[in-house]
Amino acid sequence: MKMELIQPFINAADAVLAEGLQCSTTVGSLSMEEEAYRRKGVAALIWVTGDIEGRIILDLDPQTAVRVASKFAGTELPESDTLVRETVCELANEVTGNAITSLNDQGFHFRVHPPILHTEDGSKSSEDTEALVICVETASGSVFMNIALRYNRRRQGERAVAAGQ
Amino acid sequence: MEQFAPVKRSKDGQPVRYLVVDDSVFARKNLVRIIETFGGQLAGEAGDGATAITEYERTSPDIVLMDITMPQMEGIEAAEKIVRQHPEARIVMVSSVGYQENIVAALQRGARHFVQKPVKPEVLYEVIKYVLGEDATVASAAGAGA
Repeated sequence: MKMELIQPFINAADAVLAEGLQCSTTVGSLSMEEEAYRRKGVAALIWVTGDIEGRIILDLDPQTAVRVASKFAGTELPESDTLVRETVCELANEVTGNAITSLNDQGFHFRVHPPILHTEDGSKSSEDTEALVICVETASGSVFMNIALRYNRRRQGERAVAAGQ
Repeated sequence: MEQFAPVKRSKDGQPVRYLVVDDSVFARKNLVRIIETFGGQLAGEAGDGATAITEYERTSPDIVLMDITMPQMEGIEAAEKIVRQHPEARIVMVSSVGYQENIVAALQRGARHFVQKPVKPEVLYEVIKYVLGEDATVASAAGAGA
């Protein structure tokens, strides 16, 4: 996966989390995902389609999710509160939306789909899709982003044909 | 959260009434908290574009804050349908997806302005005042943040 696709997600996560949590953030680690995806706690999944296709998962362990949601809500929330899951979904939406905005302004064409709560484990990447896991450290805990994107060959082909005409 | 000088309707001095449209309950709650700091009042809420249209008819809000990416009917389509029926409607798109093509599409279909998520209250406050224009007055408030 090319860095030109990944950097906007890192920048967006940094901006959204720092603004929302009112703290500085750091990228703790970057690693390739080779096994089937195992969620850590409360996870939201967003599909993107267009020139590049794939999915982004934002994943927080349960305690971190509660701390982050409570910070956003301005009040202590219990782990069972639906607002905790809603917060993770909206964070995924904001991070992905901001990253896609940056990529679209660079000439890519994507469509972002609404976030869904990711409840199943073992959603393995397809053969030609690389998954990158980015850990963003915040004052409320670690936020993991699992990014699996691939170039849409059909769209690339259509563009090549159009360019040749 | 920071408090702003209340924005009132010029015609009757009443609080500005907002329709908040977003499929995320979290995002709606967040927007409601923000508009309350502007002295605004919630007229209604909707979680998708189709419900937004019926809620607009029911509540006749002064301002609509409309997300773009939503299930069933997206925000830009809903904005177009509302403006077709109510050319005076003031719709501000509020979305995390803020690339130029999307903004232009929203404005061409009748939206008055665009605010990118995460929403900064001070940015939304200025946009609301701009969109309402002479139909709003900013009340003086001791200790107001803006």
